[in-house]
Amino acid sequence: MNFIAEVDIMPHQELLDPQGKTVAKNMKNLHLDGVEDVRIGKHVTLKLTAADEAEARQMVETACQKLLANVIMENFTYELKEAK
Amino acid sequence: MKFGVVVFPGSNCDDDMIHVLGDVVGASVRKLWHKEESLGDLTTDDCIILPGGFSYGDYMRAGAIARFSPIMTAVIEHANAGGYVWGICNGFQILCEAGLLPGVLLHNDTQRFTCKNVYLKPATDKSAITAKLDQNKAYKIPIAHAEGRFHADEATINQLVANQQVLFYYCDESGQVTADTNPNGTLRNIAGICNEKRNVFGMMPHPERAAEDLLGNTDGLDLFTSLLASTEVAV
Repeated sequence: MNFIAEVDIMPHQELLDPQGKTVAKNMKNLHLDGVEDVRIGKHVTLKLTAADEAEARQMVETACQKLLANVIMENFTYELKEAK
Repeated sequence: MKFGVVVFPGSNCDDDMIHVLGDVVGASVRKLWHKEESLGDLTTDDCIILPGGFSYGDYMRAGAIARFSPIMTAVIEHANAGGYVWGICNGFQILCEAGLLPGVLLHNDTQRFTCKNVYLKPATDKSAITAKLDQNKAYKIPIAHAEGRFHADEATINQLVANQQVLFYYCDESGQVTADTNPNGTLRNIAGICNEKRNVFGMMPHPERAAEDLLGNTDGLDLFTSLLASTEVAV
């Protein structure tokens, strides 16, 4: 079976995100004074083949835990869909 | 003690390190290509160096991909068997990603790549690279990084401090450790740490860039001579 996993990786809420802070500060150059905060993470799309959904989920978990996210500084969420 | 310097795709301080170890210090040193699966004739009496650079372009996170290079299995086994491993800059980031050192290196709070001389205060004499240092001297050694903000949870930081696993704090010329001498937002001004067994060292500053009279600064050389002097086998 073919699957697509859409993974979001975000810095932990309590950590300073200097990139997001810089972008937020510069929103005033766009005259968007209403933007109060910006936090920047990563979005990763994985295409995978697995016997079933459980195996696909396990593969995505392993990829996230070992390489895509460092859980000391980031958390991850994902959506797994069967690919047509 | 012999040295092996690992070369990852994107390492760029490997040749400087080999020059300092071989030509300045006079030690036996060789390169280890990241695809090698063994450390060859290097034993746990020897030291593996993970040099600075931008391994794998710092993609995903600095050090995250290098940590899974074939050679890292042998490096992790070497460390677990008590062999010395020293990561500098990107090497420190790789050691944290590999779990050989606790914590992680975050983007500098300045959101800049910072390349300048800083001062380091040795925090302990209970490690091979700091044992022979003058504990009251501020060592002038350059940093060159964008991700050097050391972070770990509070319990881990407290444990590092209590166990004397912090090797260096960023300080001023007179050795004072203050918020103003923190170049990147690192927790408690931490510039380098070691593991609990005290055989794995990680630091952001580059001692190999401050090890020759010709360059006008030899403060970094003292770390290499400390390592060699304090690990010499008595005969």
